[in-house]
Amino acid sequence: MTLDDWLRSLPIDYAIVDGVLDLLTGVFVLVGAFLSLAAGIGLIRFPDAIARMHATTKPQIAGITFIIAGLVLQDRTWQTFWILFAVLFFQLLTAPISAHMVGRAGYRTGVMKRDRIFVDELRDAVEHAQDEAEEAAETGAIPIQVPSSDAARDTGAGEAEPKS
Amino acid sequence: MTEWVFYIAGAAFVVAGSLALYRIARGPKLLDRMIASDMMLTTLLCAVGAEMVYNGHTRTLPVMLVLGATAFLGAVVVARHVSRSAHDDA
Repeated sequence: MTLDDWLRSLPIDYAIVDGVLDLLTGVFVLVGAFLSLAAGIGLIRFPDAIARMHATTKPQIAGITFIIAGLVLQDRTWQTFWILFAVLFFQLLTAPISAHMVGRAGYRTGVMKRDRIFVDELRDAVEHAQDEAEEAAETGAIPIQVPSSDAARDTGAGEAEPKS
Repeated sequence: MTEWVFYIAGAAFVVAGSLALYRIARGPKLLDRMIASDMMLTTLLCAVGAEMVYNGHTRTLPVMLVLGATAFLGAVVVARHVSRSAHDDA
């Protein structure tokens, strides 16, 4: 039994239900489009890469959710629902991965404006990891070619202890 | 009757895509361009969905599925490249 059959079995006039769902679909599509527009404006107006990333993540999850909700309300079959569920699932699964990678690269390369942030909890961890990597390189316990931030990142904090 | 909703939505998508294109062309760093191109792909994903709602078909659902599942790869690869060449002018 599809969702549409269930709606037809309701003791309400089907035309009214259809009209209400059409209205909801219109609202959802409009909200999704406005979130995309907001991301575009944020991309232009925000000062650095990290802030721009904040703007672009809005349509990545919320916008696509609204569009998918509108699509499900318009095409009321289970087939469409499950495909769109997979689309949303993959989007929810992969958007944090790309955001994490881009954010980390942004922090490392210094594309963000440091005077615009209030708390920088990552700085202490990075400094700690760099110190440990340099110490390990000096004692010659672990062969590290370049004791730069890259090497510190790959080794990670707490793993760079010299092994005797 | 509700066609004007889709006209407004289409205009919003076009403006969002154009702003992303401007940031790709202008972006001071490679990372800004990557974020903008990621956002353009998301806009495309939303636009494909809205077009399906407007025309009442489901033929481009596989396009949405593949775009949604692989959109993150470009950003990840470029981010890896940027952090490898951290001290170059990325």
